[in-house]
Amino acid sequence: MTRSMRMVVLVIGVAFVGTALVWAALYMPGFGGDWHPYRDHAAAAALAHATANVVSSVNFDQRALDTFGEESILLGAVVGVAVLLRPVEGERRRKPKNTGHVLDSTRLLVVLAAPVALILGIDVVAHGAITPGGGFQGGVILATGLHLLYVGGRYSAFDRLRPLGLFSQAESIGVIAFAAIAASGLAAGGAWLANFVQHGTLAQLASSGTVPLLSGAVGLAVTGSMVVLVAHFLEQRLLVWPPRSEESASAKGDEGEERI
Amino acid sequence: MSLLIMIALALVLVGAAITVFTTDPAKQAVVLSIYGFLLAVLFMVMQAPDVALSQIAIGAAVLPLIVVLTVRKVETVRAAKRKQKQ
Repeated sequence: MTRSMRMVVLVIGVAFVGTALVWAALYMPGFGGDWHPYRDHAAAAALAHATANVVSSVNFDQRALDTFGEESILLGAVVGVAVLLRPVEGERRRKPKNTGHVLDSTRLLVVLAAPVALILGIDVVAHGAITPGGGFQGGVILATGLHLLYVGGRYSAFDRLRPLGLFSQAESIGVIAFAAIAASGLAAGGAWLANFVQHGTLAQLASSGTVPLLSGAVGLAVTGSMVVLVAHFLEQRLLVWPPRSEESASAKGDEGEERI
Repeated sequence: MSLLIMIALALVLVGAAITVFTTDPAKQAVVLSIYGFLLAVLFMVMQAPDVALSQIAIGAAVLPLIVVLTVRKVETVRAAKRKQKQ
């Protein structure tokens, strides 16, 4: 595509989106008004299923199908990254250098923050139905907390602390569990993703039926996908460039490198 | 519109401008992380804690990390190619 052709496509796109945005803005209700028909219906529906966090009720109960779609998108994105970031032919993996220097203050901060982040992540996943948060947020916090160990230490040590196969499985199990709960709704409640579990008391940990179960499944899937996703990017750092061609292969020493 | 929302909106606007006009991708990743945090503050002020949590986890940590790792990789490939030409 030539430069002028790209400009034509850009102008058409900007004109179309710009017109649509201005048109939408003209008919929007004023900022901070008190007319919120969607909120009124969503809040009532959430309370009917004893869900204190209306956002979680929308995500995992009223519009749970959308969340299932997003979950599949995340899985697809991770598969895409895995395919794109695979080692090309001749690329070798070098052993991680352990010469990097980590400040003592950084190490101290990591030692203090990593356990807090992990507990916070579990807490956010578990209380998704009651307080702000849920499977997605908690899952990302869990994955981030785990990578704090990488910031504060050596890659080789971090690599041992993080069994990648386990996280890869956690990702699949999370998605399968979501689908299984959805199918159970079909069996027990007569509809895909029906909230068939007893709703319990509002604002109790075990309230709002399937919401905490689906939130937990999403938490598992998101933790797994995030760890696998970042692992692919980290792994790329260890690949030696350029890929070895036939002639240069014999000329270069390959200490500390292993062929993939 | 309350004063708090106006301040948060202004900060997001300034942060977005700085992010866009930072040309070096490695520096941009750091600015992007700060911008992600400012966005989270805006969501919090607008009473959307769920969105703020997602934003802070993804926008302030994971996304800049992926950008930094990508920049490092591109730099090593470029350096190797320059060496090959010589």
